[in-house]
Amino acid sequence: MKRIYSILVENHAGVLCKTAGLFWRRCFNIDSITVGETDDRDVSSMVIVSTGDERTLEQIEKQLNKKLDVIKVKTFDETESINRELLLVKIKYNRGNRRDIMDNCQIMGAKIVDMSRNLMMIEMCDTPERVAIFIDTLKSVSIVEMTRTGVLAMTKCGEIS
Amino acid sequence: MNCADALVKCLEAEGVEYVFGYPGVAITPFYNSILQTDIHTVLIRQEQSAAHAASGYARISGKVGVAVVTSGPGATNLITGIATAFADSIPLVCITGQVDSQMMGSDVFQEADISGACESFVKYSYIVRNAADIPRIIKEAFYIANTGRRGPVLIDLPIDVQLETIRHFEYPETVNLRTYKPTVMGHAVQIKKVITQLERAKRPIICVGGGVHLSHASKEVLKFIEKNDIPVVCTMMGLSAIPTEHPLFYGMVGNNGKPYGNRAMNNADMVIMVGARVADRSISQPDLILENKVLVHIDVDPAEIGKNAGPTIPLVGDIKHVFTEFNKIDFNADYMDWIDQLDGFKDEARNAKRRRMFQREEDILTHKKVFKGVNPVNFIRQLSLAMEKDAIYVADVGQNQMWSCSNYIAREGRFMTSGGMGTMGYALPAAMGAKIAAPDKQVVAVCGDGGFQMTMQELATITQYQIPVKLVILKNTVLGLVRQYQHYNYKDRFSVIDLGDKPDLSMIAKAYGIEYLKVENSRQADEKIAAFLEKDETMILEVTVDREELC
Repeated sequence: MKRIYSILVENHAGVLCKTAGLFWRRCFNIDSITVGETDDRDVSSMVIVSTGDERTLEQIEKQLNKKLDVIKVKTFDETESINRELLLVKIKYNRGNRRDIMDNCQIMGAKIVDMSRNLMMIEMCDTPERVAIFIDTLKSVSIVEMTRTGVLAMTKCGEIS
Repeated sequence: MNCADALVKCLEAEGVEYVFGYPGVAITPFYNSILQTDIHTVLIRQEQSAAHAASGYARISGKVGVAVVTSGPGATNLITGIATAFADSIPLVCITGQVDSQMMGSDVFQEADISGACESFVKYSYIVRNAADIPRIIKEAFYIANTGRRGPVLIDLPIDVQLETIRHFEYPETVNLRTYKPTVMGHAVQIKKVITQLERAKRPIICVGGGVHLSHASKEVLKFIEKNDIPVVCTMMGLSAIPTEHPLFYGMVGNNGKPYGNRAMNNADMVIMVGARVADRSISQPDLILENKVLVHIDVDPAEIGKNAGPTIPLVGDIKHVFTEFNKIDFNADYMDWIDQLDGFKDEARNAKRRRMFQREEDILTHKKVFKGVNPVNFIRQLSLAMEKDAIYVADVGQNQMWSCSNYIAREGRFMTSGGMGTMGYALPAAMGAKIAAPDKQVVAVCGDGGFQMTMQELATITQYQIPVKLVILKNTVLGLVRQYQHYNYKDRFSVIDLGDKPDLSMIAKAYGIEYLKVENSRQADEKIAAFLEKDETMILEVTVDREELC
């Protein structure tokens, strides 16, 4: 099972380390982790995606709540939230496949953000599934470098009264 | 006033009476300032003992134990003690000196990232960057350590920060932690549910753990079981919460516990875990205790509930509060058939034990098996009965601990040991801390010759500060519990377990100016125990135990 943890933490030095360390020590998985400031400068937001059985996923939430630097933990699954991931990928192209790549980008809503004589960089911001589909379309070309941010997630508007 | 002056004032404000520690350059400002106060300092002989002594002190006094050591190796030596306290949820505040904050991170002399190293076994840690934060940090640290689920808090304090001037000192009266609000009061609905379930249950059992000691709730729990005639068992950490000879008490559970205690757990239709972690040594198959049973789990730490076994009724709260609430409710239940059944289990097990003891005597008499030395099973029983009623018994780790927990007779005293971490060498320094916390009580540490040698340097501390701890050393010249494991699991293929017969404990005692007695066989036991316990002064009692003995 997959679950998303949206965690508000005190914006102190070492908090990322302490939180990630908890996952390591208790043998919990981290599928992805993203960290950034919130509108309040004293508070950071972490989004951690993890997989495990029911008991593990519950333990993660409880253990996170136990950490003194953790202000609030919200958990939800992908259907309850809007999830986004940013992809940057640098590929080699040639005259033969350039058109194809551009078509794929257009279909999937990706953007070409930089280009040289034989390299191009593509940016895509979408759900993790669509990002994965897009990467799949690039299988026939050679990928020089690729990076993904991991999931940013927020519960849907309807859920908060 | 500098930060170190402020720090000792904060400790005074917290009611600290003893600091266990070992100075070094990085903590000298603190040890300079402490001279201005009435706080007693105890110079232990290796930093690990500072944490153990503070832990023994905390367990007995109910206050926070304080250990203060220097940076680098001083701090890293402390780690085992911190981890031991964490595993048993003991409230400590550990202060470590640190190198100059401008130099931190550059691997200068005696620098160690102690807060990083300790992260997974402290409740919380601080690195102090501004001297002005000290009053708030100390206030928070003591509050965090001794509320909710107790545990050690680490404060890493760079030397330049200790020397920084504080213009205005004010010790805060309250803490303001938005992320830490432990649930103390049990939820009324859940409390009601437990009682309703108890009314329905035919075969309930209460299993008390170390949390009962930490919450100082023995009286409340005892009142509840007596009022409603509910049978009770305990984990190793819960030993001595209920007197051993109490008619409703059915022993310690777990793989080293009493067979009738385990049978009680298995046959129950309702198990109430009270301040116990459902850990592997007490409940080997947590899923099994859910079968045909209603499991109630009462703990102050919500993360413990459901960690190893999902309870039917979770109840988060401090045990003292929860049982005070329980005691206010009257309900009708009759468990007499169940108690009869349990008494039957107890008799069966006791008869089996008696038969084993007879067999043993017979084997010895007929020279089938030769056991040199004292029978440890009888010895621990005799010792604990000869001790004062309210004495404190500190067990070390290994075979001696197993013999201790199954044969110690609790009356009004207290049993303590390193349960979670199983740290050898714990007994002597912890007993030292316990004796300081309760100078009027008899304190007896029981260890093996392996564990003793891990912290025997503290004999110097107890003689120097005249802390009259009594020390029993069960000497079998071998790492008994490992030997036993190799006996069963490796078919007597023994590896690296022989300690040799050194040191000569009489010479050790002489070197430290401590009185010394030796028991070589069971016949001498009573007389030697009486002589050993007679006076309130430090004494070593060496007990010869055959290395073939199994526990």
